[in-house]
Amino acid sequence: MRRAPLTLLAGAALTGVFALAALVSLLWTPFDVTAMNIGARLQAPNAQHWFGTDHFGRDVLSMIMVGARISIAVAVVAVGMGMVLGVPLGLLAAANRGGLLDEVIMRGNDLIFAFPALVIAILITAVFGPSAVNAIIAIGIFNTPVFARVARGGALSLWTLDYIRAAEVSGKGKLRISAEHILPNIANLLIVQGTIQFSLGILAEAALSYVGLGAQPPMPSWGRMLAEAQTMISFAPHLAILPGLAIVLTVLGLNLMGDGLRDSLDPKLRRAR
Amino acid sequence: MSLIRVENLSLDIHGTPILRDVSFDIAPGRVFGLVGESGSGKSMTSLALMKLLPDGATRAGRALMDGRDLFGLDEGAMCGLRGNEIGMIFQEPMTALNPVRTIGDQVAETLVIHGAARRAEALEIARAKLDRVGLDGARFPLDRYPHELSGGQRQRVCIAMAIALRPRLLIADEPTTALDVTTQAQILDLLRGLVAEEGMSLLLITHDLAVVAGLADHVAVMQSGRIVEQGPTEALFRRRAHPYTRALFAASAHRPARVPTARPDTLLEVAGLRRSYALPRRTLFGPAPRMEAVRGVSFALHKGESLGLVGESGCGKSTLTRAILGLEAVQAGHIRLQGQTPISPKMPKPARAAMQVVFQDPYGSFNPRWPVARLVAEPFHLLPEWPKDARARVEQALCDVGLTAPDADKYIHEFSGGQRQRIAIARALINRPDLIVLDEAVSALDVRVRAQILDLLARLQESHGLGYLFISHDLHVVRAITDRVMVMRAGEIVEHGPTEAVFADPAHPYTRELIAATPVIPPAWMEEPRNAPVV
Repeated sequence: MRRAPLTLLAGAALTGVFALAALVSLLWTPFDVTAMNIGARLQAPNAQHWFGTDHFGRDVLSMIMVGARISIAVAVVAVGMGMVLGVPLGLLAAANRGGLLDEVIMRGNDLIFAFPALVIAILITAVFGPSAVNAIIAIGIFNTPVFARVARGGALSLWTLDYIRAAEVSGKGKLRISAEHILPNIANLLIVQGTIQFSLGILAEAALSYVGLGAQPPMPSWGRMLAEAQTMISFAPHLAILPGLAIVLTVLGLNLMGDGLRDSLDPKLRRAR
Repeated sequence: MSLIRVENLSLDIHGTPILRDVSFDIAPGRVFGLVGESGSGKSMTSLALMKLLPDGATRAGRALMDGRDLFGLDEGAMCGLRGNEIGMIFQEPMTALNPVRTIGDQVAETLVIHGAARRAEALEIARAKLDRVGLDGARFPLDRYPHELSGGQRQRVCIAMAIALRPRLLIADEPTTALDVTTQAQILDLLRGLVAEEGMSLLLITHDLAVVAGLADHVAVMQSGRIVEQGPTEALFRRRAHPYTRALFAASAHRPARVPTARPDTLLEVAGLRRSYALPRRTLFGPAPRMEAVRGVSFALHKGESLGLVGESGCGKSTLTRAILGLEAVQAGHIRLQGQTPISPKMPKPARAAMQVVFQDPYGSFNPRWPVARLVAEPFHLLPEWPKDARARVEQALCDVGLTAPDADKYIHEFSGGQRQRIAIARALINRPDLIVLDEAVSALDVRVRAQILDLLARLQESHGLGYLFISHDLHVVRAITDRVMVMRAGEIVEHGPTEAVFADPAHPYTRELIAATPVIPPAWMEEPRNAPVV
C-alpha cells in the first residue's frame, strides 16, 4: 500500500480534533453553556476555565465545543444539499451537452453564481426569519451551482470515451449511463470539491452568525462568539482569539484534507509524485 | 566520422530499467532509423540525447557530439544546443503548436531565442523556412493560426520550426503516425529532401518497418531497452539475423489463414444514406451552412462476410459508423439489419442485440471501476431479461478470445493493450451477434499483438459465422482480413469490389493514390534469407 500523503494526515487530524469536540459536546461539556455566572465573568484562561469565561461568565471551552457542533452540522448539511441538488443537474446537463436543457441548467447556475452567498442568505432570512435551518438552506443553494459545474466538467470529458459509446451500443440510456458509468468516475472530483465547499460552508456559517442571521441565542456559535467579543476586544482578547482560531484551524484542516485527497485520488497526480 | 556517437547508454527511472547498453553512431547527412514496439525505449533514447528525461531518471554512458559529451553539459549549455544543433519533431501535430500564436511567430521564436536574428529578420527567415517545407506565402501567410491548418500542414510548421536554425541533427519521433497515408507520403518526401539538400542527419523513430525501409540508411531494432540488431537498412532487412527482428517482420506481413464463410443472405443493408451537420452561421439571419458528412452511401454486407471500409480522416467514415451503430440519426436513406426494423437512435433494444462494436483505443474502451465480468456482461442489457447463466457465458466468451475464466474477476488496469482488445472482442461476442463493427480495432496495437488479434478475428469469424465491417485507414490490415473492400472519400464510396481485385487493379484514381502512398518494404528484401539461422 502507498503511504497516505502528509497533507492528508495533517488535515484529517486537525479536522478530527474539532469533529471529536463536537461529538463529545453532545454528551458532556466542562460547564453548562446556558448557565450564567456573573461573578466569574471575563476571566482570562485559568486552571478551572481553560479558555476563560465570557461577559456572562459562561465557559468559553464549552461554548467552542458546542459551537463546533453547529458549524459542522450546518456545513455538512449544506454541502450535502449542494451535492444532492447540484450533481444530478450537472450530470443531466452533460448528458444533453449542447442541447437546450444544458443551456437552461448552466445559465440558471450562472444566475445563482452571480449572487454572493451572503446576499442570498440575507434574502432568505429576511423572508423566513433568522435560524440555523435557514442558514443551511442559504449555504446549500450557494453550493448547488458549484457541484453542478464540477459534475458537468468531469462528465463532459468522460462522454467522449469509447466505453460510453459501448454502453450506448448496449442500449443504455443517458440517465443510466450517467448513473452507472459517469458518476463513479467523477466521484473523486466531487469528494475533493466537497471538502473545499465544507470549509467554505463553515466560513459562511460563521459569517451569517456574525451578522446575526445564523444560530440564535442561547445556542452558541463561533460566528456569534466573535460578534459578541468585538466590543470587549481591548480587555478580553481571548474571547475573540479563541473562536477565531477554531474557525481558522478547522478550515485549514479541511483545506489540507482536500489537497491531500486530490493528490491521492487523482491517478495522474499520483504518478507524478 | 560520426555526428553523434552514443556509447553504452543505460537509463533507469525510479529504479526501473528502461535502456541497457544502447550504442549507435549517426553519420552526417544520413538517416538513422530506430524501430521497435511500444515500450521498447525508442522515445526515451531520443529524450536522453536531448536531456529531457523525467524526474527520477539515472543515466550512464556517453553521447558524443563533435567529441563533446552531451551528458556532461549543464542545463544552460543544453538549452543552447536544443533547437540550435538538435531539432525535434513530435508525433501529434495537433498539440505541438501553441494555438494562440501565429505560425510565423512560432517559427521565428526559435531564431530569436537563440539570438540568431532580430524579430524582423527572424520573420523573413521563418517565411523562407515555411516556403521550404511547402507552405507557400500566398496561401499560408505568417499570420495564420494553427487551427486554420490541417494536420499535415501543422506537421510542416513543426518541421519548419525544427529546421529554422539548420540543426545538424533532426530527431523525428513517429512524425507521420498521426497522419493520413497520403499526407504521410508527402511528409516523408519532405524529410527525405531536407536530409539530402540541407545535409542534416535524421534520427527517425518509428514502429513502422515500411517507413524505415523507404527512408533510413541505417536501422537499429530495439526490444525492451536494448538494441538487438543494427546495420545498413537493406542488409539488415534481408538478413534478419535476430529472432526478434524476424518475429517483427513476420508479424507485420502477417495474413491470417481465412476460410471464406460468406453466404448470399444480406446481413446489413445501407441504402442512400445521407447525413449533414449545421455549421456555425455566417450571418445573423441567413441560413446556417451545412457540411455533408455522408452523401448517399449504399452497400450491403452478407452473412459471414468481412467487408472493409477504407478512407482518410474526414471522409465521413466515423459518421457512417455511428449511423450504422444506431447512435446517430440520418436525414435520408435507411439502414436495416437482417431486413428488420430500420436502425436508428430510437430503435428498440432487442433489435440492437444482433450487432456489436470494438473500438480503437484499448485504454478508453472500459470503465476502469468495473470488474471484467461486469464489463463483458454489459450487452446483456439488450436482452429482455438478464440471463441466468450470465457468469458462465462471460467465462465462455473470455475463453473464446484466449483469456481464462478467473480473468473475469480482475480489473481492466491489470491487462495489456492486446489483452484489453481481447476483452473488447469478448464483450462484443457475448450476445452472439451476427455483425461486429471493428472501428480501427487493431490500429493502436503493436505489430505482433496485431497479428494475434487478426488471427483471433479470423478464427472467431469461422466458428461463430460472424459478419465484420472492418473500418480502417491501414490498407495492409484491410487487405489481410477482408473479402470485399470499399474506399470512401468526401462522404461517398468511390470504389468497391473484392479486396484482391481492388488492390491488384484499382479503378478509381483516389484508390490508386492511396495504394501508391502506402509505404512498403521492397518485396525483394523480404525473400527468405538463404543462410538464415535455424531456430
